[in-house]
Amino acid sequence: MTEEIIIAGFGGQGVLSMGKILAYSGAMQDKEVSWMPSYGPEMRGGTANVSVIISDERISSPIISQFDTAIILNQQSLDKFESSVKPGGVLLYDPNGITNPPKRTDINIYKVAATEKAAELGLAKVFNMIVLGGFLKVKPVVTEEFIEKGLMKSLPERHHGMIPENLKAVQTGKELVQAVHTL
Amino acid sequence: MAKELKLMKGNEAIAEAAIRSGCDGYFGYPITPQSEVMEHLMAEKPWEKTGMVVLQAESETSSINMVYGGAGVGKKVMTSSSSPGISLMQEGLTYLAGAELPAIVVNVVRGGPGLGTIQPSQADYFQATKGGGHGDYQLFVLAPATVQEMYDFVFLGWEIAFKYRNPVMILSDGAIGQVMEKLYVGDYVPRWTEEELRKNAPWASFGKPADRKHHIITSLELDSAKQEQHNHKLQAKYREMEEKEVRFEAINCDDADYIFVAYGSSARIAEKAMQLGKEKGYKIGILRLITLFPFPKKKIAELSTKVKGMLAVEMSAGQMVEDVRLAAEFRCPVEHFGRYGGIIHTPQEVLEGLEEKIIKRK
Repeated sequence: MTEEIIIAGFGGQGVLSMGKILAYSGAMQDKEVSWMPSYGPEMRGGTANVSVIISDERISSPIISQFDTAIILNQQSLDKFESSVKPGGVLLYDPNGITNPPKRTDINIYKVAATEKAAELGLAKVFNMIVLGGFLKVKPVVTEEFIEKGLMKSLPERHHGMIPENLKAVQTGKELVQAVHTL
Repeated sequence: MAKELKLMKGNEAIAEAAIRSGCDGYFGYPITPQSEVMEHLMAEKPWEKTGMVVLQAESETSSINMVYGGAGVGKKVMTSSSSPGISLMQEGLTYLAGAELPAIVVNVVRGGPGLGTIQPSQADYFQATKGGGHGDYQLFVLAPATVQEMYDFVFLGWEIAFKYRNPVMILSDGAIGQVMEKLYVGDYVPRWTEEELRKNAPWASFGKPADRKHHIITSLELDSAKQEQHNHKLQAKYREMEEKEVRFEAINCDDADYIFVAYGSSARIAEKAMQLGKEKGYKIGILRLITLFPFPKKKIAELSTKVKGMLAVEMSAGQMVEDVRLAAEFRCPVEHFGRYGGIIHTPQEVLEGLEEKIIKRK
């Protein structure tokens, strides 16, 4: 199993930390992992993205241009990465602020209205974990048990009190995700 | 040795390795994309754990000269920077080589020339391997391709630096510096005691007792005859490195028709291109260089008699390719492929480069 993922959105949406938690969880589950951020001035207030690879085998290139899954959190990122999903792959997006939804017919498209749900539940801080939950429902590349271990490992101890809230957000995401177009 | 699993950026792994390998002092000046090296050191506060000094100098010129001073008294000292900062250090590097001082200098390369860009590049190959400073000297150049190697090569770097009394450069790039991967770290190696320092660096200027001559650390010798002798000694040392210290990883090279020659992040990208090529029926191998100096001339010469062509993959306009051509001596076609100026080539582009420049070559 090798899953090559891009997570893309605005700086501040928790794109990089979502990738980090996913990578940590994979590592805890004894998988090979890599986390490659886009870095630089473009991150300040602009778009942020990170490629995460989770694999049973040695990872060759952490730098990739074709993805099994794209997790998309704004219009700019959708415009940039829709064409980079491998045929038969998955595109998961949050419809908030999306004016031109994805159009491809050779991939599986899902949406998770995480922004709306997070506002409704007053859980803005764990918005990204709702999205992660949506992804894990579609592609269970790591199990819930290891998400918890990944959170323990990636969060500083003073934030461990927030882990139950994070796990609840993952659960919420799993229930919220909807298929838009499947093959 | 107990191994502990961590998930770290390449830059953080360098810093973690410094602390755990018994480094005495780190002197540096911040620059993207390697700022996490000093950030991690400052966060870990090794001066409280091992007594290691971490100091932000006022410039790169200053930090390399602090390294010169620390190395002169036999301490395990290092610095890190990225391309423009390493250019500022060139004077210090040739002095270190001339005075035969051990030290580790890390270059997390970004696109140039000039201030260039903060994105990854491999365009400092010439500077690292051909002497960016003046005079006939060589740095020992290690090229990590994973976060684990960023860590391991600090330990290896001390070994080489003190064995040969020569500065070691770890030539990385922005991609390997920024990527986060699994890292296994070992136990802390204690810093040398004064007795160990005297044993391991008997040449150092650690204070003169009455019964021996001064230990003089200098790169100056005004008597040309003596300076030539000194140069002979340095050259003999570089030839010994070429004889004993060449390191590389040969992947699927035995029955390959084509070879990617690459190092660092390009080697990782080429490995993916190799997998994509296999799906198209191409037999591709990879020669991943671990030491850039000493360069694996013999291995390339051997492979050049067996394959249909080699593609040097590097994020530059074509630097390492010159050494590959020299070693292959026209026994097979050798071409270059690479994006540069801060753009990273994709595995698809690398495979297309091989098809266009080697496989479909007329």
